[in-house]
Amino acid sequence: MNMTTLLSLSLGAILVENFVLVKFLGICPFLGVSKKMDTALGMGFSVVFVMTAASAATFCLNEYALTPLGLGYMQTPAFILVIASLVQLVEMFLKKAVPALYGALGIYLPLITTNCAVLGVAILNTQKELDLLGSSVYGAAAGIGFTLAIVLFASVRERLEFTDIPAAFEGFPIALVTAALLSMAFMGFQGLQVFK
Amino acid sequence: MKSDLKSVGSRFSDGLIFQNPVTVLLLGMCPVMAVSVSVFNGIGMGLSATFVLIFSNTVISLLRKFIPENVRIAAYIVVIATFVTIVDMLLQAFFPQLSKSLGLFIPLIVVNCIILARAEAFARVNGVFNSALDGLAMGIGFTAALIAMSVVREALGAGTLLGVPVMPPGFRPALLMGLAPGGFITLGFIIAAMQWALNRRKRKGKL
Repeated sequence: MNMTTLLSLSLGAILVENFVLVKFLGICPFLGVSKKMDTALGMGFSVVFVMTAASAATFCLNEYALTPLGLGYMQTPAFILVIASLVQLVEMFLKKAVPALYGALGIYLPLITTNCAVLGVAILNTQKELDLLGSSVYGAAAGIGFTLAIVLFASVRERLEFTDIPAAFEGFPIALVTAALLSMAFMGFQGLQVFK
Repeated sequence: MKSDLKSVGSRFSDGLIFQNPVTVLLLGMCPVMAVSVSVFNGIGMGLSATFVLIFSNTVISLLRKFIPENVRIAAYIVVIATFVTIVDMLLQAFFPQLSKSLGLFIPLIVVNCIILARAEAFARVNGVFNSALDGLAMGIGFTAALIAMSVVREALGAGTLLGVPVMPPGFRPALLMGLAPGGFITLGFIIAAMQWALNRRKRKGKL
């Protein structure tokens, strides 16, 4: 993997094919924890952290255990178990080693297990046949893309709180329409395929 | 829990309307948005999720006295992942076309929050028959929401329903509806319509 490929891979995951707004992965936390800026940031950073680690871990699992043993069909259960235990491990590690960070991210970590973007990136890595470095970079970039989307969305939603909205659109409908506008803006990056 | 006709009825009205997994509980949105580009895909996704819901609910309800409290989530995920793998393989074998167009979102049924939520909230504390029924009702609600979304998006985005042209000649498809923003807009308007109807019912009840 040379620098150009890695750069185009990460630009692709962050902007052109943003995981949330274009690929529809990780919508639940995107809608669920985007009411306030600081919670959105906390969730975003946890996701970057877990996605990078999960990409590397599932790559090793797939390369050194599942493929040599011919257990390709066990991919889904094996990946989700690895991700769940990884999240648990990260949580325990942070609690002991970096209590300040644990205090900030604490409640978001368990939620990440059911964030489909994490399992999604693991499966996409094997589909794209990336190597260890490529997988980790793609995982990190996907997480950054998620953070970008959720932080932008949270800053819009904070303002929505003070606006006068038709009764039927209160709550989620207006948030969804907002997300649609954000997604439309991200469509503008479609032309950005210089490296491909 | 006795399962007379009334509770069967309320299971279904909950699943379809009052506790509809997509439009009220807002769970499992990723496949809903991604797959609802065409009605055929929507039905395929809905039925796959229904299958997994029924069987995972049944098995988890059967095992509810044996699964230790502390590791229950991990145990549920293993049960769910097993059935998802079965669905994935069945689709690959018998409906390769559908399997290809649903792609990533079939294995991702594992992390669909609806299924884990029903295991945790319902199958864990209820009998086998009721749990299976709950799985069926929730699955039907999920499928109904998917069909509603995909009918709107396919008709406006491609001018067809199930591949058959339905729009008058001269209709120019709005490409946007088939792309990502269309998913958000359609779901937003469907939920707004439901909120409007429920608000109106409440107001009429008060007057």
